[in-house]
Amino acid sequence: MRREIPLLITTIAGLVFAISYFIPHWPFGEAESIFGDWIAIVQAFAIWLGALNLMKVSIEKIYRKKEDAMYASIIIVCLLGTLAVGFYDGFTGGPQSSFRDTGTSFDWLYRFIYTPLTSTMFAMLAFFVASASYRAFRARSFEATLLLIAGFFVMGGRVPLFDLALKPFTDVPYFSEFAGWIMAYPLTAGMTAIMIGIALGIMSSSLRIILGIERSHIGGGA
Amino acid sequence: MVSQIATILMIIVGLSLLYVLYRTIKGHPIERRVVFLYIALAISLPLLMQKTAPVPVTEDVQKLVNALDALPPGSKILATFDYDPASAPELQPMGTAFMKYAFKHDFKVIVMGLWPQGPQQANQAIEEAMLDKTIAAKNLVYGVDYVNLGYQAGAEFVIQSMGTEFKRMFPLDDRHIAYDSLPIMNDITNFSNIDFIFNLSAGKPGTVEWIQIAVDRFGATCGAGNTAVQAPQVYPYLRSGQLTGLLGGMSGGAEFEKAIDEKGQASTFIFAQMISHAMVIAFIIMGNIAFFITRKKKKA
Repeated sequence: MRREIPLLITTIAGLVFAISYFIPHWPFGEAESIFGDWIAIVQAFAIWLGALNLMKVSIEKIYRKKEDAMYASIIIVCLLGTLAVGFYDGFTGGPQSSFRDTGTSFDWLYRFIYTPLTSTMFAMLAFFVASASYRAFRARSFEATLLLIAGFFVMGGRVPLFDLALKPFTDVPYFSEFAGWIMAYPLTAGMTAIMIGIALGIMSSSLRIILGIERSHIGGGA
Repeated sequence: MVSQIATILMIIVGLSLLYVLYRTIKGHPIERRVVFLYIALAISLPLLMQKTAPVPVTEDVQKLVNALDALPPGSKILATFDYDPASAPELQPMGTAFMKYAFKHDFKVIVMGLWPQGPQQANQAIEEAMLDKTIAAKNLVYGVDYVNLGYQAGAEFVIQSMGTEFKRMFPLDDRHIAYDSLPIMNDITNFSNIDFIFNLSAGKPGTVEWIQIAVDRFGATCGAGNTAVQAPQVYPYLRSGQLTGLLGGMSGGAEFEKAIDEKGQASTFIFAQMISHAMVIAFIIMGNIAFFITRKKKKA
């Protein structure tokens, strides 16, 4: 029963969503709405599950005095601290206010700690991309040369770099237009092909899951 | 003064690339840390130079502006902020410019997010838009002229449920005000009561989900602003007409600001991005020169 019930739920939910797309009337439309609500509830609980799991892993690291126990303790302090500040703002903010409102302590944490930290992590990509371009982006083969040429024109064309260089001769933004052409035609053609391939793959794996052939999501083999 | 010093330093940095080229040709490529330093200077110095770059407004951006221009005052716009601060440098200027445009044209703006951080990014965009004197003079009222419905877990299933009834997913707004108590939401049941959806997205759930469900299934009209990394994924939808206009990356933001005549952060940031792109292109060229010289030597 531990395997059959989840399989049954998967099959019913999968069939309801598939049928309701084409027949959005009773009972499929109603069933779809109910399942939609359930998904929102399950996902909301999943956030808590993730937070609790993070706590568990971090506490274990501290308890066993692992090498990165210091970082684990920082995670716990930050997690609980943010949570406490959010709850405090939520309870003391009055009836028609949010903990996210401008001027709350939570908003301060968000703007001046969370935002710079996440932005810094993401911004580091620029440095790695530049370093990789210098050391590895080589015209070693025909395909690599094509990629290099396309990248060259898109990078210079998506910003007004090459057009500014051309400015003394013409006002027509040829490079910008060429970069736009690359994005509109070769890129779109390639992306469309990839998307069709992905969609076919999703359809076949969805069918396998709905029909109970693929069972890896409940811990069993295919 | 700062601007002039930054310009001089930028010229010195540019000229020093010749030495890097010389070293590379001689078979002594520069260290990774030096590349990092060049990139740091190529991004930070242009910001201090406080210059803008002349961007041509592309067709993809103009389509979005045309669609917005066609909406009469009082139109109901659903603005969905599906990103976090990591993507804010690219998307936040678009959000702020959009809010300014929407408020100046007397649109009713309903904000929400499928990312937990989205509603807070929206608050920042609204706050900045409110600093504009024209908008401040309108004395816009929360719940009447604009509302923040907040975040709802469930990703694409939230969109699907909103197709039937918004209230089902947002019984309360971000400030815990009941849906029925919000005058702006009085005549809104589902997407059929929304005139335009503007989505700012940095990944999943985002523009693709809004197109696949809100546009394809429920017939809504949607325009979007995406990070430069994500934009290529939505180009097929743009070409097919499912997406009404796209702001792609920083350049998309700068073009949008130019098209609606609202000079903002993107117009300044695009100059820094242009210089950093030039730096990366220079490194690619130098790297390849070194590669061909080394290969020639090996063959000889």
